[in-house]
Amino acid sequence: MDTIWVLAEQRGGVPAGIVLELLTAARGFGGVVEVVTWGPSSESTATVLGRYGAAKVYDVGDIGEALPGPKVAAAIASQVSGGNRPDAVLIGATHDGRDIAARLSVRLDLPVLTNVVGITASGGRLTSDHSIFGGSTLLRAEFTDAIPGLFVVQPKSFVAEPAEPAGQRSVEIVAIEVPETGATDAARIVARHEEERSGPELDEAAVVVAGGRGLGSPGNFALITELAQLLKGAPGASRAIVDAGWVPYALQIGQTGKTVKPMVYIACGISGATQHMVGMKAAQKIIAINKDREAPIFTIADLGVVGDATKVVPKLIEAIKARR
Amino acid sequence: MNVAVCVKQIPDTAMPPALDPRDHTLVREGKLIMDESDSYGVEMGLQLVEVAGGGEVSLVSMAPNSATSGLRTALATGAVKAILVSDPVLAGSDALGTAKVLAAAIARLGPDLVLAGTESTDGYVGTTPVQVAELLGWPSVSFAKHVEISDGLLRVQRQTEAGYEEVTCPLPAVVTVTSGVVEPRYPSFKGIAAAKSKPVEELTVADLGLDPSQVGFAGARQQVISVEAAEARAAGEIVVDKGDAHERVLGFLEQLKIL
Ligand SMILES: Cc1cc2nc3c(=O)[nH]c(=O)nc-3n(C[C@H](O)[C@H](O)[C@H](O)COP(=O)(O)OP(=O)(O)OC[C@H]3O[C@@H](n4cnc5c(N)ncnc54)[C@H](O)[C@@H]3O)c2cc1C
Repeated sequence: MDTIWVLAEQRGGVPAGIVLELLTAARGFGGVVEVVTWGPSSESTATVLGRYGAAKVYDVGDIGEALPGPKVAAAIASQVSGGNRPDAVLIGATHDGRDIAARLSVRLDLPVLTNVVGITASGGRLTSDHSIFGGSTLLRAEFTDAIPGLFVVQPKSFVAEPAEPAGQRSVEIVAIEVPETGATDAARIVARHEEERSGPELDEAAVVVAGGRGLGSPGNFALITELAQLLKGAPGASRAIVDAGWVPYALQIGQTGKTVKPMVYIACGISGATQHMVGMKAAQKIIAINKDREAPIFTIADLGVVGDATKVVPKLIEAIKARR
Repeated sequence: MNVAVCVKQIPDTAMPPALDPRDHTLVREGKLIMDESDSYGVEMGLQLVEVAGGGEVSLVSMAPNSATSGLRTALATGAVKAILVSDPVLAGSDALGTAKVLAAAIARLGPDLVLAGTESTDGYVGTTPVQVAELLGWPSVSFAKHVEISDGLLRVQRQTEAGYEEVTCPLPAVVTVTSGVVEPRYPSFKGIAAAKSKPVEELTVADLGLDPSQVGFAGARQQVISVEAAEARAAGEIVVDKGDAHERVLGFLEQLKIL
């Protein structure tokens, strides 16, 4: 393994959490780790990236109101076809990351492996782990004759740790050009909206209290929010109630939502569909409250309460308040 | 306003999914159904055509064994025709191979807009639609939770991890829609009857002018090395609520020093 590239998506001027996870993993593959970033704040981003082991930062620059997919993919592809070819490109499974991976795959005419939850390097090859069938089965795959290997990695697959020894490292920033992207690049962002949130971020919180269709009505989600607040945690949701419009998508946990790894996960009125479980089964402890003794969520719960969540949760809230 | 919707036909999701032990592909035998994730694209297409006051919704699908049962479901709700690409050389195709096939089929239809789901229910790779866009040289907006068209311009609310973006995009374009974005209509009896005689054009890889080495196992350039049972999480203590289960939860949280 000579060189690994990590795609560095920024969030508010700093690298997204997944980027630091990918850098930590890439350091272990035995090659040089380099980064491709874009956006307005590449200087401040580069300092953080260096601390996690990046030796060089390729900077696509500020892409303005364009969606990242076409420009970033084109910039990387032109490096590769110009002879600057890494062995692998690691891409976080974010919405923008998936767009970039898709377009890069076509530009390089190379396959892409997605839903990666682990990568190991041995004998100069990278092997990727894929958790399928709701996490019951682990599949390992590798590319045959496809360089660079394009891997789209699920958040929280690796634990981010700064490189040793600590201290300031110098990071070379190299501007790279975006070739002509033509009509592919015609979409423009005209406004950005962020959901308001009072507690910790859902994917960083030590406690997650999640609600599902079993809550019965949108109004009952207030119970989830209140319990989360009392436990200094974050509220989350199953897709059923996101689709139903009870809560915004930013709260969705699972295969097509966020991956969480809290110390405690409290599932209230959630059945435990495979697509939900892949997003939370790595929690240290799981508590489930569900009316149905046969609900699949009980097969992974450390503490299962067979009962009505709309009765148990209010009592729990009162009991916690009474302790104060 | 002509819309092409990508429709994947998958095994019934009520059945537990399985891998073929010989080639590690998903078993796709028996009757295939329309992926529920695609029902939203079909409905969105029908609504956009209605609003535009003209045009039609066509379907594009790649499936083994000339399967059309899933397509008929979408035809019954109002799509007018379909292209089905079915060819033994397509077995083992990855997302890129599939995208090459779908893009070639879409090019024959020449639509103003292509709609697809954000990912399929069975394989959930999640890159195919945007690969189609890049192959066609078109822009794309993924993860749409609201779509409008005015003056030939798409206005999309695109989900992001933290909220959403408002995005404008000229046509032709590819849009992937999230589930729940619209309420799919049920087919009427008349629709079901009419669907039986709606045209489904069946094509092979050669018909599309594609090189067989670009698709199927040959084009995928990836292999499964092992498949094994993952470490299972064991079930723990179960309590049946008799009005005091919250006390056990409280105790559990105290033990963990959360409280
Ligand atoms: C491609 C794809 C991707 C998906 N991605 C995701 C994802 O990212 N995240 C996700 O969550 N889902 C996802 N899903 C959907 C998933 O399959 C389930 O439909 C969804 O998780 C179900 O949500 P739920 O548990 O809230 O609802 P249900 O399955 O309807 O379960 C409700 C539960 O509440 C219980 N209940 C009812 N009343 C009460 C009460 N008063 N007290 C306590 N319990 C009660 C019931 O016993 C039941 O178990 C995806 C599906 C597909 C096809």
